[in-house]
Amino acid sequence: MSGQSEVIGLTRDAMAERVALDIRDGAYVNLGIGIPELVARYVPDGREVIYHTENGLLGMGPAPLQGQGDPELINAGKRQVTANPGAAYFHHADSFAMIRGGHLDLCVLGALQVAANGDLANWSTGAPDAIPAVGGAMDLVAGVKTIYVITQHCTKHGDPKLVETCSYPLTGLAVVDRVYTDLAVIDITDRGFQLVELSPGVRFEYVQERTGAPLIPIGDGLAGAAPSDE
Amino acid sequence: MIDKQVATVGDAVADVFDRATVMIGGFGEAGSPIELIHALIDQGATDLTVVNNNTGSGEVGLAALIKAGRVSKMICSYPRTANSTVFPELYRSGRVELELVPQGTLAERIRAGGAGIPAFYTQTAVGTPLEEGHERRTFNGSDYLLAYGLTADFALVKGRAADQHGNVVYNKTARNFGPLMAMAATTTIVQAAAVVALGELDVETIVTPGIFVDRVVAVANPEHESVLVTAGSSYP
Repeated sequence: MSGQSEVIGLTRDAMAERVALDIRDGAYVNLGIGIPELVARYVPDGREVIYHTENGLLGMGPAPLQGQGDPELINAGKRQVTANPGAAYFHHADSFAMIRGGHLDLCVLGALQVAANGDLANWSTGAPDAIPAVGGAMDLVAGVKTIYVITQHCTKHGDPKLVETCSYPLTGLAVVDRVYTDLAVIDITDRGFQLVELSPGVRFEYVQERTGAPLIPIGDGLAGAAPSDE
Repeated sequence: MIDKQVATVGDAVADVFDRATVMIGGFGEAGSPIELIHALIDQGATDLTVVNNNTGSGEVGLAALIKAGRVSKMICSYPRTANSTVFPELYRSGRVELELVPQGTLAERIRAGGAGIPAFYTQTAVGTPLEEGHERRTFNGSDYLLAYGLTADFALVKGRAADQHGNVVYNKTARNFGPLMAMAATTTIVQAAAVVALGELDVETIVTPGIFVDRVVAVANPEHESVLVTAGSSYP
């Protein structure tokens, strides 16, 4: 993260800030563990967003001050959090009724791979010695109305994470609406990956070379093209 | 006169039998009934099927029960947690079986079991490796998977306060699976930091009505798993 003289694309925080711009006032949002959690820091002033954590809290606030936490007030990543004024606690069946019943507006998740048709792989590499663990990921992608993925464009080894077909075990079929990476914002459309915007200083060709499926340039979408599903 | 209170955690779990299915409340350490689990270790029942979202951490609570060799099968959604080493080792060596269930499907299976609903359909996991073995059916143009209701012989649940009728209130996100498991078990055992007189709990805010609870035991200052793990504790 440090000592790089030539960095192309957005930092993790800048990626989170870019996602936050697209969260509307009044939205009920579930943020996954990792980079997605950073998004809450960057929601523009004047917008009220209510955060859901699937272990049983709506109205989740930031981490508590040192020494003021409660081991029984935690988020889905099992880290201590706080409850904002107006928050509510509930049991797991209610929490996943909110998810499965389509009551949440948005979920922001990390990804191992996203396919051009919106398939998502983010729970397992399928390695033979791995302990399989899924948590609520499959429930979230199946139930929440809009799914945004926030991820580095490529793996640490430089392999594309946006691919024609996922090689890792799937979390859900055709569930992703939009992908935010360090290099670009890309919508999933009926025609595949539709470029929405490039990060500052990033060229189309640079992104295409690092994407495992054709990238439709800006302006080459269908007239007035919008996100595919809704 | 109904009085579901028992004197000790040992009394509370005395009749748990070998090969029982035991639901244990908690999401991570929040809501984990550590004192009841430790009493179950002392009690000795073995070959248990345990339902919990996770598999415990360190060598206390649920992880200690697994380490003691009492659990032959885990039904859970996320058996891999920070400081979780006991389960992975036994799983890799084939000494404990795992049924992996998406978290929301696990919760709803328990709720359904407790509500007398044998099975339901959910979109969760369609097209994924966890679809295997589940009937798929189309409703209104979308595909769903069949999931079965889940019941248990015993449930171990942690509350903040309870009364002698078995009414229970919880602490913050420690509620998680407790109210569902209380419904789904033949015998539900609740440890509560306070067992209060009838009428003291606000009737409007009772989360688990006493009909779902069979035994209540007071555990005044319950341990926190993370504190024990940080201290390097193990049980017994």
